[in-house]
Amino acid sequence: MIVGTSGLVLNEKLLFEHSDAGRKGYSLPALDVPAATLPDGLCREEIAGFPELSEVDVVRHFTRLSTWNYGVDSGFYPLGSCTMKYNPKVNEVACRLPGLADVHPATPDHLAQGALTLMYQLQEMLAEISGFPAVSVQPAAGAHGELAGMLAIRAWHEARGNARRTKVLIPDTAHGTNPATAALAGFDVVPIASQGVLTLEEVAAHMTDEVAALMVTNPNTLGLFETNIEAICALVHERGGLVYCDGANLNALLGIARPGDLGIDVMHFNLHKTFATPHGGGGPGSGPVGVRADLAPFLPGPLAVRDGDSYRFAGPPGSVGRLLAFHGNFGIMVRAFAYIRSMGAQGLRHATEMAVLNANYVRARLEGSYHLPYATRSLHEVVFSDRDLPNDCHTLDVAKRLIDYGYHPPTIYFPLVVKGAIMIEPTETESQETLDEFCDAMLAIAGEAGADPELLKNAPVRTRTRRLDETGAARQPRLKWERPC
Amino acid sequence: MRYIPHTPGDVAQMLERIGVGSLEELFVEIPASARLKRPLALPPALAESELVRELKALAARNATPENRISFLGGGAYQHFIPAAVDLLISRSEFYTAYTPYQPEISQGTLQAIFEFQTLICQLTGMEVANASMYDGASACAEAALMTVRLTRRRKVLVSRALNPRWRKVIATYCRYVDVELVEVGYAADGRTDLEELAGKLDGQTAAVIAGYPNYFGVVEDLAALAGLAQGAGARLVAGVAEGVALGLLKSPGELGADIVAGEGQSFGLPVSYGGPYVGFFAARMKDVRAMPGRLVGETVDRDGKRGFVLTLSTREQHIRREKATSNICSNQGLCALTATVFLSLLGKQGLRELAQQNVAKAAYAREQLQKVAGVTLPFAAPSFNEFVVRSSKPAGEVLAALEAQGILGGIPLGADYPELGEAFLVCVTEQNRRSDIEALAGALAGGAA
Repeated sequence: MIVGTSGLVLNEKLLFEHSDAGRKGYSLPALDVPAATLPDGLCREEIAGFPELSEVDVVRHFTRLSTWNYGVDSGFYPLGSCTMKYNPKVNEVACRLPGLADVHPATPDHLAQGALTLMYQLQEMLAEISGFPAVSVQPAAGAHGELAGMLAIRAWHEARGNARRTKVLIPDTAHGTNPATAALAGFDVVPIASQGVLTLEEVAAHMTDEVAALMVTNPNTLGLFETNIEAICALVHERGGLVYCDGANLNALLGIARPGDLGIDVMHFNLHKTFATPHGGGGPGSGPVGVRADLAPFLPGPLAVRDGDSYRFAGPPGSVGRLLAFHGNFGIMVRAFAYIRSMGAQGLRHATEMAVLNANYVRARLEGSYHLPYATRSLHEVVFSDRDLPNDCHTLDVAKRLIDYGYHPPTIYFPLVVKGAIMIEPTETESQETLDEFCDAMLAIAGEAGADPELLKNAPVRTRTRRLDETGAARQPRLKWERPC
Repeated sequence: MRYIPHTPGDVAQMLERIGVGSLEELFVEIPASARLKRPLALPPALAESELVRELKALAARNATPENRISFLGGGAYQHFIPAAVDLLISRSEFYTAYTPYQPEISQGTLQAIFEFQTLICQLTGMEVANASMYDGASACAEAALMTVRLTRRRKVLVSRALNPRWRKVIATYCRYVDVELVEVGYAADGRTDLEELAGKLDGQTAAVIAGYPNYFGVVEDLAALAGLAQGAGARLVAGVAEGVALGLLKSPGELGADIVAGEGQSFGLPVSYGGPYVGFFAARMKDVRAMPGRLVGETVDRDGKRGFVLTLSTREQHIRREKATSNICSNQGLCALTATVFLSLLGKQGLRELAQQNVAKAAYAREQLQKVAGVTLPFAAPSFNEFVVRSSKPAGEVLAALEAQGILGGIPLGADYPELGEAFLVCVTEQNRRSDIEALAGALAGGAA
């Protein structure tokens, strides 16, 4: 069955084009104190171009916009590396409880014991899941957690007088945030080649006394477990360095293996991936960072700490500092807490097993029709390429054609080491029927590429817009609405 | 497990199709030495009803404006949120989507971000705004780094009257990238000391960063700061912690700011114990290629129909890697949508009225507190919805005495500003009724102060 169909697509202008002078969708109580204002010289004229709309205008506007989007609730969303699992509804209710949503961050600790307890317990549960004894939940997203971790690594070396260690080794399969983060923490990046997985020899060849750390992703972005990780960690340690792990792919390891037990020293979590918090159209996420014990003093803080039966914010003593004005994306922490408490240890392990089962099932069904660059057993995601597609059809065309079939495309053209990569991460929340329908669509598209390639080249045709001119958008940037002259 | 659909029959069929005999075989690449040999030690799984009960019990142990009168601000503001805001952002087509990498099925998110960028430009008086940053503090830190890239200078002057938490975040971001941070004090009226600033500006200064309003709620003379900074070849970064103030105050752009880095929490986001909030970041078009973060641009599709895409991404980490303008990837997309909905509802008039009510309520509170014996208001410069209160008794004792009467009276300032003596920061919004303000004044007069 083709899931995609052409339904009712409503047009909708920009907010500013709707506006009519004198409308508003808001009411304030009558002022119960004497009117007062600021000196004239400080005040602006009216805000030129600002919208004026009634509540119903606003509600229709955003409701219509929402219908042009595709979310996990719309259908299968196999975006590799992003772990687009289902976002449980009760978690949305939980974070909106007034006793959680309306707590001001400057509330004295003794009046915010519920919130602090939750943060403390989340730190503890993440520590147990990952094998890192200390966790800071302050970072706002994965890249922010990376920054926290790399700053801690820098501070750890500094405390040992290792000022010469200014380089970081990063494999060619890494997310772009890894090198960008290393640079932001003041390191020079040394790219290293992988052969699907990192080899001990390759790491050894680069592991000099100028290297502060190795940044790995495990399982890596090809969906492969770094089989040499323990030996690599031992080598890096022996030569005075530390190992950072990008935790984007932790969904492959819950209850199976703990990065902290493998010799990894620092790792960030993506609560919006592994722990089912919604991706929000591009955030907010949450990127806690876990470290081994001797790096704990350098974590961003303060952390929630326990004193007997009560909790407070404190330390850590040698902290690299604050990364956000307040305590982190608490609303996201509530959702992740609710998820972990709903799943329990057995549920989390089951999630990982089903995620890996699903990825391997998709692999089994598509292998032979799409080129599989690495034969090693996949974990939670599988990477194909467009190498064998006929008639000058490429990954982008497959992705766009999938949209016509009613799916969000996989991650494409990443990792960079696979030319024309198609990176599929089904996650555990998809049923066999869903996977079969998706695989049927992928196989049909492979067939169309041979029989009628224009179907791919013209896709998508059932969407709000057809393919958009991205080159034109970059050449003459129009980044805001302007009143037509 | 209610979120996982597989039946034992499904699992068996799927394993067979894969060609393995057990789930265990799928993990064959993970060496035995790397395996966890016990179950994770986590609390037992909860049914949905049990979970809700547990969370409600935690929620009941927190103080909120439902059970206290609150005058807390300091970078997070308690404004009313119209019901339509949360209901609209709760449409799961918005909140269960991710970054709009596939524009044809993300036009909802993309158009909303384009609208957000436009609203931020209008509010700040700037030419270009990005799709959002983590929060105001991290936006301000990224602004500092952007001025270093633009000027190739390495010194940043930061006003001591900027939110101290924001100053700490700036320091964290600058910790290992060879940027010298120098503090500039404030004058007796609560505004950044212009004379001291003039003395500290030099040919190595990349930027001057000041709050607008500043941490004391005081409205800085941004035009004077811009003049001084730009006279020395440096940039002025305005840090806006209370976005509602821009409904009434002259825009930073009009006053000469080069970058505006602000916090959008006031635009419809609950205080939520500190997050998620939304940083906004606006600059001049000539500097757009040095900006951090995502940008959405207008374009056309193959049929000539208007549409929106992520653009100018050659600045970003996924393309430029270690040479990117920032490492940011996920930002605060849904929070930017929240702000867009909130600002659309308030509109031109609503936002101005809201700002005016905040000014009037705070002015009334100032007037009431000024009459209390033992209380002084140290700063005379005009302020928005916050102000500093100095007491004759230790601030901790004063706030504890207020707390005993059900009042969260403010944020103590002693740790960050010992020079102010016994002082705390009071914030008054449209949510504080006259009777709340009078209760605060009454409690202080009745012995708390």
